[in-house]
Amino acid sequence: MTAMHTTRRGFLAGSAGLMLALTLPLPKARAQQAAAEPFAPNAFIRIGTDDTVTVMIKHLEMGQGPYTGLSTLVAEELDADWSQMRAEGAPANAELYNNLAFGPMQGTGGSTAIANSYIQMRKAGAAARAMLVAAAAQEWGVPAEEITVKAGVISHEGSGNSSGFGALSQLAASQTVPEDPPLKEAKDFVLIGTDLPKLDTAAKTTGKAEFTMDIFRDGMLTVVVAHPPKFGATVASFDDSAALQVSGVEMVRQIPSGVAVYATNTYAAMKGRDALSVEWDDSAAETRSSAEMFEEYAQALAEGGQTVEEHEDIAVLDDAAQVLEAEYRFPYLAHAPLEPLDAVIEVKEGKAEMWYGCQFPTLDHMTVAQVLEMPQEDVRINVLMAGGSFGRRAQGTSHLAAEAAAIAKAAGRDGAFKLVWTREDDVKGGYYRPMTIHKLRAGLDADGNIIGWENIVANQSILMGSAMEGMLQGGPDTTSYEGSSGLPYNLGAKRIGWARMQSPVSVLWWRSVGHTHTGYAVEAFLDEVLEAAGKDPVQGRLDLLPESETRVRGVIEKVAEISGWNGTTRDGKGYGVAYVKSFGTHVAQVVELEDRGGVPHLTKVWCAVDCGVAVNPNVIRAQMEGGIGFALGTALHDRITFAPGGEVQQSNYHNYPMLRIGEMPEVEVAIIQSDADPTGVGEPGVPPLAPAMANAWRALTGNKQYELPFSGVTS
Amino acid sequence: MTSFTVNGRDVDLDLDPDTPLLWALRDELRLTGTKFGCGVAQCGACTVMVDGMPRRSCVTPISMVEGGEVTTIEGMEGPEVKAVQAAWEAIDVPQCGWCQSGQVMSATALLQMVPNPTDEDINNAMAGNVCRCATYVRIRQAIHDAAKTLEG
Repeated sequence: MTAMHTTRRGFLAGSAGLMLALTLPLPKARAQQAAAEPFAPNAFIRIGTDDTVTVMIKHLEMGQGPYTGLSTLVAEELDADWSQMRAEGAPANAELYNNLAFGPMQGTGGSTAIANSYIQMRKAGAAARAMLVAAAAQEWGVPAEEITVKAGVISHEGSGNSSGFGALSQLAASQTVPEDPPLKEAKDFVLIGTDLPKLDTAAKTTGKAEFTMDIFRDGMLTVVVAHPPKFGATVASFDDSAALQVSGVEMVRQIPSGVAVYATNTYAAMKGRDALSVEWDDSAAETRSSAEMFEEYAQALAEGGQTVEEHEDIAVLDDAAQVLEAEYRFPYLAHAPLEPLDAVIEVKEGKAEMWYGCQFPTLDHMTVAQVLEMPQEDVRINVLMAGGSFGRRAQGTSHLAAEAAAIAKAAGRDGAFKLVWTREDDVKGGYYRPMTIHKLRAGLDADGNIIGWENIVANQSILMGSAMEGMLQGGPDTTSYEGSSGLPYNLGAKRIGWARMQSPVSVLWWRSVGHTHTGYAVEAFLDEVLEAAGKDPVQGRLDLLPESETRVRGVIEKVAEISGWNGTTRDGKGYGVAYVKSFGTHVAQVVELEDRGGVPHLTKVWCAVDCGVAVNPNVIRAQMEGGIGFALGTALHDRITFAPGGEVQQSNYHNYPMLRIGEMPEVEVAIIQSDADPTGVGEPGVPPLAPAMANAWRALTGNKQYELPFSGVTS
Repeated sequence: MTSFTVNGRDVDLDLDPDTPLLWALRDELRLTGTKFGCGVAQCGACTVMVDGMPRRSCVTPISMVEGGEVTTIEGMEGPEVKAVQAAWEAIDVPQCGWCQSGQVMSATALLQMVPNPTDEDINNAMAGNVCRCATYVRIRQAIHDAAKTLEG
């Protein structure tokens, strides 16, 4: 997902959205509920008579922490005690649960969860608090202004009355919903800014957390689908006679995405698929190898691409004292979340219900209704926690939801179906981080000053041709080159170009999107240019920053400080630095590494992050640690490649390896204190790692890494 | 019919003997704490104890555990698993959580065999458990913390 800046206008729109949510009448059934039903002041909060406060979380919990983060925002303004807080995934509902950064759409991505919820969730909590206080005032016959709330206890000092939330919840439900409850000032925060324990940790430590694959419905069949081995291929014909002989296989159906095998359990479905014989029609399929694709990309680069950013005349490079050039190549990447894609769908008497880790509920909701030819209100999507995503479940095409719906439809009867992708389906299944080439040129004058910078990028577009193309408003796909454009450094004349490549291979945002490759190309090349200019990597970067870039300067200076940066290689260890801003968050990292038999082994990473107000430092540190490990595993090992003829050469974790514990460096994170509006942390920890590693490796060995991964595994 | 015990309970399963233990546990016995990640013993999300030793249930056919004792995350008892889970919760190890049952099983098995593991011991014992969220810094810390708790 591209960066969608949280502007003042965005926040105002957010407030309007909240008021809409707050003033929406509750469903009739709820209004007429018996007394024991929870107090629901708005769409986000349920307060039970047992004092529990449950927050309906409008963002998918996939490990990045919104159950905890959004609950913190509510609890802060509600003056709840952290121990009474609970979180639950909000169902698909485009009226109530939109992402305010996305416009009229419920969805998670672009590290926006905290940023777009910061005011909305606090207002929701403040409204609930005001209603509880009004209830207490009525019950005790005292002025509301004299009532205090602290850690889940409502008190009135003068009368000696006090109560938990639960006992007043029914009376609170009859109070007027305040339209614009006042919010605390930052100095009065009790919970925001503290290391609160995460709400989902216990369930995830004991095996009790409920994920999609753990859902079982009466009479449910498990379904696996034979997908075409080449992108763009379709089913020509199939023979299911052997598959139907497999014990437990109940039926086989052709669906738009392949051939579906339905069985009474997962293993039977997998065996049934193995026994299936399918002829594929490859006439529209991608048949090029990765090498052939790279050749065409390189040709497109030579033509310069369309100009997407320009400053002064890049012809200045012709007069430079020294010109440096480099070309960086990046492979397709699979997200490979540990929980493969899955979804449960149940169709009964003209209505459908789904359970899965749904990241774009609004798009999926429309898609499922369309496939099943039902009105949208007859389709309910329950959003469960997901075992990772990294962008994979944020599908502009809604292909997983569409496949689940197609399975239910093709069954030709009511029933429940669990769609399960295997790891092989996942690794071979596309929606990859786009394969990309960057071509860079920079010029120095006789004094070593950078006088010009050109960066041309060639890759496929993620947004063009998807349901979200409208976000581009007719312009080029910014997610393809974000991070090459918009740099904070003074680089003299500048030209950024983009060449759009085409292929039936499906592509998607992969944790930090364009920054996954632009961060590397820019920061690795800049390091080379600074070296040619005789400058230190840290001081050289600082010298390129205008005075106004205080936050950039802040993270670079901080990471230099905590890492004891002195620009030298020592004790057999190399050091490298990189800085990348993504999704509004500034991150600088310093990598320390050794040469272990020609392969970089990272021993320590220092990380400075400025994400505005640090809502939960514990989660921020976790996301930086995880982002660093995620980026490192990929930089060391991962690439999706195509053999001549167009088949993917990787299939599972043995040839698309994940980082293992012995490869994980120590990580030290410093969070910059800030009063700025909060920005996200799910993605921004990723981009600086690989270039900082490349820079440390070059400092240590002199080797320049122009192609990732460092130690790729080929099959 | 294949017979063994799961979490101390006798089970008799009328399934193909080649059925992986993973799917028998999940689909037949509804013990869903054990997770499917790869199916080829590469990720460790499906780790269970078979006769007290950690095994990848995705590549263990039920015929191989005939007469044996299987323990899943739901049935783990003893000071080691308690210390491991307490340490996991104290520093919030999990992110997405999908791999964590397997991590807890492997960490518990390590502490049962090596009460005070070095980083090297941890690297070796936990090498078969992938965490895609890369919670490894905290996994390592939590194992050391659990070892300290057990030392008393």
